[in-house]
Amino acid sequence: MKRWLIWVVLGMSLVSLSAQGEYGDVVLNRYADKAGVRPVVFPHWFHRLRFTCNVCHAEGGFKMRAGSNDITMGEIVDGKFCGMCHNGEIAWSAEFCHRCHSGRPGLAGGFYGSQDPSGPSGGGDFYQRRH
Amino acid sequence: MLGQWTLDSKAQAPLGQSQDNWIPLTKDQVHDPRGPGLSELQDPGAGLFELPPHQSGNRVLWAKALDRGAISPRRSLTPNESSKVQVLDMDVLLDLRGSMAVVRFPHKIHTQWLACDNCHDALFKSKVGETKISMYNILQGEQCGLCHGSVAFPLTECSFCHSVERPAPKWRMSQ
Repeated sequence: MKRWLIWVVLGMSLVSLSAQGEYGDVVLNRYADKAGVRPVVFPHWFHRLRFTCNVCHAEGGFKMRAGSNDITMGEIVDGKFCGMCHNGEIAWSAEFCHRCHSGRPGLAGGFYGSQDPSGPSGGGDFYQRRH
Repeated sequence: MLGQWTLDSKAQAPLGQSQDNWIPLTKDQVHDPRGPGLSELQDPGAGLFELPPHQSGNRVLWAKALDRGAISPRRSLTPNESSKVQVLDMDVLLDLRGSMAVVRFPHKIHTQWLACDNCHDALFKSKVGETKISMYNILQGEQCGLCHGSVAFPLTECSFCHSVERPAPKWRMSQ
């Protein structure tokens, strides 16, 4: 009986490992799937090559815990969150939907390729839905 | 060029890295290979393979890359803000009573990436000793673990933080 359970747990962990991503990749899918577009994949590594952390996490208003930022396209177009740079001046504008909305449909939001810092507090409804 | 990174690197990384060491976006199972945008995006291998190598995380030593000028990330979007961003060169020794090597926390590396208010005073009180830090919290994504393990180097690299050896135990010294 116990052995059987171990195999089930092992199998489940392999399934969850199948979506690898690069270390620090964050999938954002609070609204995308429902709106009929691919979820957003945010690559930390790409942005780290070009900006220090404080640019987004202090100036840009992104809270550091994944899932704690309620990001909508409306705000991005208004120049908040991603729109601070993705405005056609510093980086490509929000017209290039498919560059950010590039994830596999149905992917749960959160970190891929590294640990999800949900913390003992759980990280709010973003994590409630995932776990 | 790449050799100079690896020679003094403590990490046991291969001499130089190939772009094949990273999974391309089309195969990472996170991106949709049918997505029209993938061909316009940079693969991790193309962006990272020339940086000081390491065996875990993004497979690069970010702090060393920054220190050596291999990357020069923008520090601020507005000129006014950049004057507020200051590097603080102050080490703090933590975990003085445990059994692992003492933690040396370098403010310098952290303030090269972050602003003071990213950590103070919400995550850590400014006064040394006022915040009780534990590996239990860190492993759950709190305190240092908010970044280390998810974006900054992973928690498998014990010796990066626990870096200051304690004096040998007394019974050993007497021999």
